[in-house]
Amino acid sequence: MVSTVATRAPVLEARNINKHFGPVHALKDVNLSVRPGEVLALIGDNGAGKSTLINVLTGVLPFDSGEIIFDGQPVRFSSPQDAREHGIETVYQDLAVAPHLDAVANIFLGREHRTGGLPGALGFLDNDRMRKETDEQLARLRVRVPDIERRLVTLSGGQRQGVAVARAVMWASKVVIMDEPTAALGVAQTAMVLDLVTQVRDTGIPVIFISHNMPNVFQVADRIVVLRLGEVVAELDPKTASIEDAVGAMTGSMRFARGEANQGE
Amino acid sequence: MSSASEAYDEAVTEALPARQRMLSRVSQSFTPIILLIIVLIFFAFEGTKFLSLRNLNEIAIDSSQLVVLTVGTTFVIITAGIDLSIGSVLILSSVVAAKVMIALSGTPEQIAAFEFPNQHIGIPVGLAAGVVTGLICGVINGLLTTRLQMPSFIVTLGMLGIALGLGQLLSGGTSVPNVPPAVQVDVGLKELVAVDIAGQHLRITPPIVIAYGIALIAAIVLNRTRFGRYTYAIGSNAAASRRAGIDVDLHLVKVFGLSGLLAGVAGAMDLMRFGTASVGSHQADNLAAISASVIGGTSLFGGIGTIGGAVVGAFIPTVLRNGLVIASVPPFWQNVAIGAVLILAVYLDQRRRKAEERM
Repeated sequence: MVSTVATRAPVLEARNINKHFGPVHALKDVNLSVRPGEVLALIGDNGAGKSTLINVLTGVLPFDSGEIIFDGQPVRFSSPQDAREHGIETVYQDLAVAPHLDAVANIFLGREHRTGGLPGALGFLDNDRMRKETDEQLARLRVRVPDIERRLVTLSGGQRQGVAVARAVMWASKVVIMDEPTAALGVAQTAMVLDLVTQVRDTGIPVIFISHNMPNVFQVADRIVVLRLGEVVAELDPKTASIEDAVGAMTGSMRFARGEANQGE
Repeated sequence: MSSASEAYDEAVTEALPARQRMLSRVSQSFTPIILLIIVLIFFAFEGTKFLSLRNLNEIAIDSSQLVVLTVGTTFVIITAGIDLSIGSVLILSSVVAAKVMIALSGTPEQIAAFEFPNQHIGIPVGLAAGVVTGLICGVINGLLTTRLQMPSFIVTLGMLGIALGLGQLLSGGTSVPNVPPAVQVDVGLKELVAVDIAGQHLRITPPIVIAYGIALIAAIVLNRTRFGRYTYAIGSNAAASRRAGIDVDLHLVKVFGLSGLLAGVAGAMDLMRFGTASVGSHQADNLAAISASVIGGTSLFGGIGTIGGAVVGAFIPTVLRNGLVIASVPPFWQNVAIGAVLILAVYLDQRRRKAEERM
């Protein structure tokens, strides 16, 4: 499977990205690509530049030099909204849902279906349609919530994150990015989210998975890219590499040849 | 792999719905229960003098302005904001409405002689000017809150002073004299529907239609439309709403604009009901509306609230005042009672929240 994935054209590619925050060189000639049908894990210690890279990729932050290639074309997303309109969805670690709204409202937040005719023009919502599509989406992803019309504040953390992932997958036609999606979750709930990650991958939509948790990373990733001090220092195959290799690369105690690090290109 | 987590999640959530639903059903309906208890107490002591159709009709009319203010306040509080300026904006709006009305109703000589040859123009334009004044104040509140990224508490506290001061400057600090009496006699007190039941004269006047019409429309907007959904979403999690692509700042300007607009409407209603623009009353209406909204179940932390609850909450002060007057109790007890009910309401609200989130 890896070989077939490797032959596919990347959906999203960063080429020699540089980003400075004042005197801090936050990203140094970063190269990264993600292909349909793979889970790319992005790991690194705090301050390694993971979030900066994601923010650059999704239009939250501008970058100083380099190129982002999306679907074969150079792009510069002007805002997260712009990236979303291109089919790139992000799941944030801090459960970016509206807890007082139900699953239906959260999944459709900002993209509500409206009824037809004059009521629709006045902003009337087509709740029946949204309810039905929410049911279908959650069933497809095997996310179980007791009642899709219950406010999320009354659900467990895992169920809430399930809704957040379902929402991202619903609208992501190209790439799903998950920034520490399991950071706030317990063991069982983490298992559910990891299961979701592989399900999304199996639909052909690539996932960029950011995590500190090495066992989680090795469980779901098809490829691991290690960032350290703003640089890509290694690219590992979870089938052959060990957790010690990954930690060694993250902390700098183990050196990998630059050639190997950029092998993915 | 996932069956373990499903089993866990089900164990957590399936055990609680019954208890949680019962809790929320009880706490969401406690406001009407409080109102009912108050009504029953007055009924027990004063009988049909209090609980007569005629008296209930008067209560509906007396509540009309607070209902309008509370509707606007509820939208603002659901977004996790606050609007302290509405009482002052009401005063400024009614003074502007009165001044415009007088200026357009005749020449200064005619007005001085208490003649209003052009009042058919002056009255509607004057009332509209009051409403627009409120809208402008509200939009300014919204723009300052969002553009300067200031807490709405501070911005609307500033607007409270500005609007009150401008109202006092325009009116010279007193009630505006020489308002065409027709605005009260032929508009505010006009009996659109009047029936006599068992010797009691019941009437539906414009303030009733305006207040409860606005409340009905607001309830539909909040429940059924995208505007309502964004109002809840922003109060629930503004950052998530932004990430979802909602123009949060624009929506907040609209919500504060709505609150100001409704304060302007209440100002115009003041003129209709009392035939004068008074700068002395209404200064505490902001707190009355916030209390009514919170008593009605709106959470000051945002994301929670209903128009129905808020309207019931707005009835409580009027019912108390009315009942205390009938019972010959000093009506100042109303303030004591409202304060106690407010504290009780927020306490119950917090308990409900904790019970839900304990899951």
